[in-house]
Amino acid sequence: MSSPALKEWPLWEVFVRSKQGLEHKHCGSLHASDAQHALQMARDVYTRRQEGVSIWVVPSASITASEPDSKDMFFDPAADKIYRHPTFYEIPDQVGHM
Amino acid sequence: MYTQSFSVPDGSPAPALQAVPSGAEAALQAHFDAVIDADGKIEPRDWMPEAYRRTLVRQISQHAHSEIVGMLPEGNWISRAPSLKRKAILVAKVQDEGGHGLYLYSAAETLGTSRDQMFDALHSGKAKYSSIFNYPTLTWADVGVIGWLVDGAAIMNQIPLCRCSYGPYARAMIRVCKEESFHQRQGYESLLAMMQGTPEQRAMVQDAVNRWWWPVLAMFGPPDENSPNSAQGMRWGIKRISNDALRQKFVDATVPQAEVLGVTLPDPDLKWNAERGHHDFGAIDWDEFWRVVNGDGPCNQERLATRVKAWNDGAWVREAAVAHAAKRRQRTAKEAA
Repeated sequence: MSSPALKEWPLWEVFVRSKQGLEHKHCGSLHASDAQHALQMARDVYTRRQEGVSIWVVPSASITASEPDSKDMFFDPAADKIYRHPTFYEIPDQVGHM
Repeated sequence: MYTQSFSVPDGSPAPALQAVPSGAEAALQAHFDAVIDADGKIEPRDWMPEAYRRTLVRQISQHAHSEIVGMLPEGNWISRAPSLKRKAILVAKVQDEGGHGLYLYSAAETLGTSRDQMFDALHSGKAKYSSIFNYPTLTWADVGVIGWLVDGAAIMNQIPLCRCSYGPYARAMIRVCKEESFHQRQGYESLLAMMQGTPEQRAMVQDAVNRWWWPVLAMFGPPDENSPNSAQGMRWGIKRISNDALRQKFVDATVPQAEVLGVTLPDPDLKWNAERGHHDFGAIDWDEFWRVVNGDGPCNQERLATRVKAWNDGAWVREAAVAHAAKRRQRTAKEAA
C-alpha cells in the first residue's frame, strides 16, 4: 500500500448502501490509486443505475477474516447451545403466541 | 456481455500430474465434494482442488477478456451513431461491458491471480476471448444485431452461471444478468426502427443478420460430444447446462423474434420439428470457429492491437495516479507530524 513503486493500483473492497435505512453491503472490489479515487471508481463500476446512496471503500489488505468453512471449530461451540433459540422451550398451546 | 463455452484451452502449459493426496488433503477433498454434492457454494478462502481453481481462473478471466475486447466492435460506432439518443444508449452499453469486465476480473482475483497477470496473458495473445469479437461491425445494423443476437446468446449462457458453485463468480453473474437485458432490448428495438425505414435500411439489417447468425450459434461452443471439459465442469457445478442444450434454447427463442422483426435467418435447414418440440437447424462450420479462436479470424490482429495500444497509451495515467496518491500521502503525513 505504501510503496509508490507499485505496478498495480491497490485493491479496495466496496460496500454500498442501496437506500437510507439499510446497511452497507459488500458488492465487490476494484483497483484504485487511493481512497478518493476508489470512491469515484466504485460509483462508476457499482452504481451506474442508482444502486446506491452511500459507498464505503476499504483497503482489501486491511480486512482480517476468520478461517474458511472447512475449518469450522470457530463457530462450532454455538452448535450445541440450542437453548439459545426460542423453539427450545415448550409452552402450553392455550398461552397462544409468545 | 458475452461468453462462449470457455472450455477453450489457453496457450498455457499442461498441468503436472498431481501427487497422491495426503490424509489431510483427502479430508479437505471430501469436504469440498460434499459441499458440491449438496449444491453448496465455495468461497475464496475455502480449500479447493487445484484443477477447480485453474479451471475457474481460465474461465472467469476469458470471460472478463471477452467483455473488455467486446467493447471494441461497438465502440467503433459511438462516433457514428445515427442520433444523439442512439449514441447515448451505445455509450451506456459499452460502459456496461467495461463494468462487466471489471466485476469478472475482481472475481478471478479472489482465486489468487493478479490483474496484471491476466492483462499480460490477454495482451501477449496467450489468453483467449470470445471468438465473436473477431468479426467486423461493417454497418450500423451490426450494432443492433450484436445487441439482439450476441447479447441474447450471452444471456442464455450466463443465466445458468448465476448458480455457479463459486460464490464470487455467481455473484458477478447476477449483477451482469440484471444489466444485460437492456443490451438485448435496445438492439432489437434499434433493428425494429430500421425495419420500418427504407428498403436499403431493411436490406442492411438482413445483411447483418446473415453475417452474424452462424458465428453467434458457434458462441455456445463445440458440440457436447467434442467438449471434453464439459463433464468435469458439470460435476463441479461450474457449468449447469450443456452447449448443445443452450444452443437449442437460443434457436427456439430467436425464431419467433426474427418473424416479428421481418428478417430471415440464413439457414435453409431451419424448421420446426413437432416430434422433438424444437427447431432443427443446419450444421455449424466448426473449422471456421477454431480458426477464429486460434487467431485467424477477420479481426483478431486488429482487436488485440487496439487493446494493447489503449493499455500502453494509458500507462502514464496509471503512473500519474500512483504518483499523485503518494504525494498526497506524504503531505498528510507531514501535516500530521
